[in-house]
Amino acid sequence: MPHNYLLLPLIALPLATSLVLLAVPSRYANVVRYIAAASSLALLGLSLYVFFAYQFGDGDSVIQFEGRWPWLENVGFLGANGITLHLGVDGISAPMVLLNGIVAFTGVLISWKIDYRTKDFVVLFFALVAGVFGTFISLDLFFFFFFYELAVLPMFLLIAVWGASSRFPTFVRTKEYGAMKLTLYLVAASVLVFVGIFAIFVKANIGTFDLPALYNVQFSEGFQKAVFPVFVIGCGVLAGLWPFHTWSPDGHVAAPTAVSMLHAGVLMKLGAFGIIRLGIQLLPEGAQFWMPGVMVLATTNVIYGAVSAMAQRDFKYMVGYSSVSHMGYVLMGLATLNPIGVNGAVLQMFSHGIMTALMFAMVGAVYDQAHVRDMSVFGGLANKMPRFTAFFAVAGLASLGLPGLSGFVAEFHIFVGTFHTYPAFGALAIFGAAITAAYILRMLAMAFFGPFNEKWSKLKEMSRWEQAAGAILIFFLLFMGLWPAPFIDRISSTVLTLVALK
Amino acid sequence: MNLDYSLLIPEYLLAALAAVVIALGLYDTRRARTYLPYVSAGGLAAILVVSLFYINKGPLDFAGLVQIDNYTTFFRVLFIGITAVVCLASAHFVRDRLRHAGEYYGLLILSTIGAIYMAAGRELITAYIAMELLSFSLYVLVSFAKMDAKSNEGGMKYMLLGAFSSALFLYGLSLIYGVAGSTSYADINAALSNGVGDFGIAMLMGLVLIIAGIGFKVSAVPFHMWAPDAYEGAPLPITAYLSAASKAAGVALLLRLFTEAFLPVLSDWRWMIAALAAASMTLGNLVAIQQHNIKRLLAYSSIGQAGFMLMGIAALSEMAASTLVLHLTGYVITNLAAFVVVIAFYNASGKDEIADYRGLAERAPFLALSLTVALFSLAGMPLFAGFATKFLLFQAVAKEGLLWLAALAVVNSLISLYYYLLVIKQMYVGETEEKVRLRVPAGVNAVIVALVIGVFVVGLYPQPLFKATDNAVHAVFPTTAAKQAHDTGSSPSESPLPGR
Repeated sequence: MPHNYLLLPLIALPLATSLVLLAVPSRYANVVRYIAAASSLALLGLSLYVFFAYQFGDGDSVIQFEGRWPWLENVGFLGANGITLHLGVDGISAPMVLLNGIVAFTGVLISWKIDYRTKDFVVLFFALVAGVFGTFISLDLFFFFFFYELAVLPMFLLIAVWGASSRFPTFVRTKEYGAMKLTLYLVAASVLVFVGIFAIFVKANIGTFDLPALYNVQFSEGFQKAVFPVFVIGCGVLAGLWPFHTWSPDGHVAAPTAVSMLHAGVLMKLGAFGIIRLGIQLLPEGAQFWMPGVMVLATTNVIYGAVSAMAQRDFKYMVGYSSVSHMGYVLMGLATLNPIGVNGAVLQMFSHGIMTALMFAMVGAVYDQAHVRDMSVFGGLANKMPRFTAFFAVAGLASLGLPGLSGFVAEFHIFVGTFHTYPAFGALAIFGAAITAAYILRMLAMAFFGPFNEKWSKLKEMSRWEQAAGAILIFFLLFMGLWPAPFIDRISSTVLTLVALK
Repeated sequence: MNLDYSLLIPEYLLAALAAVVIALGLYDTRRARTYLPYVSAGGLAAILVVSLFYINKGPLDFAGLVQIDNYTTFFRVLFIGITAVVCLASAHFVRDRLRHAGEYYGLLILSTIGAIYMAAGRELITAYIAMELLSFSLYVLVSFAKMDAKSNEGGMKYMLLGAFSSALFLYGLSLIYGVAGSTSYADINAALSNGVGDFGIAMLMGLVLIIAGIGFKVSAVPFHMWAPDAYEGAPLPITAYLSAASKAAGVALLLRLFTEAFLPVLSDWRWMIAALAAASMTLGNLVAIQQHNIKRLLAYSSIGQAGFMLMGIAALSEMAASTLVLHLTGYVITNLAAFVVVIAFYNASGKDEIADYRGLAERAPFLALSLTVALFSLAGMPLFAGFATKFLLFQAVAKEGLLWLAALAVVNSLISLYYYLLVIKQMYVGETEEKVRLRVPAGVNAVIVALVIGVFVVGLYPQPLFKATDNAVHAVFPTTAAKQAHDTGSSPSESPLPGR
């Protein structure tokens, strides 16, 4: 197999950036910022190239840009190709790579104003970015899990050091609480993934962790049924699966803006991506058996998340719960196990990633000035910050599924897919979308329109960096909303090859 | 009988080095305390190079007592390396806080010989004497801070319980001798393969007592009681040595003894070791959560780690043993890195409570970063040694049919992450009034850098080390070829991937 080096920089560049920055003295904060911006811009360019160069014609192979570097072989219990750094993208991971490229770059722009230990922040941020890219492009079970854990590793410090505590009328949710809860929840979930991987390796007994090789192993039906729930719950926690979602609002609210963006925007997608890679692709019969159960939980996600978001007064908690609700759509799409539903799920992963990143960026922009996130104390912000309002409104409208923006394309696919297999759940999903519309519009009305609250007359428009980041995100929301074909072509070319969908 | 004395050259050199160090300490008392650590470490480094000449020279038997093979060579290098690092880490501590530097370094070097023969011994009495050599040196070293009541208490506890466990071990040996009629591992193996007739109970008792005796050495629950007090009371570098060398030596002895001698009665002892492993990791990690002192925290964490290692013994096969030695090496490097940081912090501040680490990221960013790396590695997070070695060890254990134990081990890793995060939180999130930067000597920094690089190398490129542990372990599994043919699935010759 020819070694294709195209994907390697996606992991190597962010790690190298972290290493190089360690050597830069921390008093040169601006040097750190420009290095970070340059590196993440290069990553964005590379991920755009990977996305558009991915071929989806009839004769093209599903996995492209494949490269393989041996890591451990012929030692211990490992045979030839025991553990290799096997990289490649398919039609599902290509848009995910693009998503991470976009959010990482805009995240760096949004973090421009971080003054406290800038260097340490950027070092950890890039470790996180490397972990996420690595998970999306790994085709080896060991490295998939390696990067999956790597993406969790920096979270604790990122949240605990640079985050913000939330003060409620009667109690305080400290950032340390959010950080600890998130880390322990996610690592506890990966305990399940860990055990599932052991079981798979032992059962397959081919001495390798290579995923394509494992896909060719025919696991017995009983085994598939036993292990599939382990993977779905293990990965599902990261995807915000109800009732294991409670880390997500607390963690996202406590996190600094760029980390919330990356976490809600991309990291939660790792969970859904894991369900595809480890659940649907590795254990197709297990998937067929368990997916109705997942559908019930996912629909609960949608409704419960939306109702909880409705109850929030805090901007960031509202966005956090709306993420739970929207990840519910992703899981519903996967649970349909029909091509259009799974297509929709992947589209929603991309769309929600961009949209929630935009929302968190905007919440961060106002919080950094006002130091309050309670939407009920604002009012008429549109008068003072028109551009900010417009950006926030676009994110909100994408979230409630307005045609012309990406949310519509994705959710439409999911609704069609769900109606195809489970009409009753399809109806509930649309009900969830209605609640979403209610809380988004209420939030817009409460904070942005109506009479201007003079208390906030000192607020200024967003900084240039924030506007640039917002504009990039909005561009992709519109791009996918108006011309979804590049996405759908790539996704469906791979989705149609999934065994579980036949 | 082969009496080729040249096989034991590294140990002669070690004994000579110990004598020189003690003599220097006696005759040049005032200046010796500053240069002795470097003399010791330099001598150890030279001996380490000498022991490298024995790679692939074997297996060579010495009088039926010890065997020089790749397994012995691997542990020779490991133990000498540990002692060298501990000597360097002791430099400032011993100079500023202890008397009789010559005896201190001399005993450390002597105990290394004991540790090496625990790995090399192929005969029960030799193994026992080696174990006592290590233990006696450590009894003295733990109570070396003469004027410190805690050190005396720790040393006393360690010695009394140690003597008790030695008695158990000896009684176990005598029972096994009664059953098998020999003290040589190979003869015991042969005798047990032929069945033990009516002596089943005696053999079982012997096994229980031997496991209890070694369980004490590796501080496995329920034989761990001494560990927290000895760890807390001992001079800090000795605590590091206890957690690294003493544990590794116990595991090395256990591994050779149970493969070369007791493999035929695997089913009789597997459950005992598995139960010990499960108890150690669960109790060690749960109790660690409540600790306020960094030494006690690391003591309980090392009890938990003993559980992981016993797990590798319970899943005894050549493949599992190889991952066990790999994990052990990764653990030793990581734990030494953590301890050298703790020592450096103690030297600079005189404090060792976890709360004292508050704000360390501001006062000594490099120490904080290194300790974070070490703790994340102990918790098994990726990029660091802990992730790769734990993954491989647990996978090997699962492969030997102990999936439940592997699952329990993963849960315990999660618990350990919690209390390591508490320390990391103090360092990075906590604010402190003291803004004075801590001064760390350049030499100590260099040791820390080397160990942290080791943590990354094992975590990111374990192939050479894994190959070495494979070779090492191969020496103690004589019947490997037959076993591999039997175990078709993972035979390395056939590639599951076409068209590579």
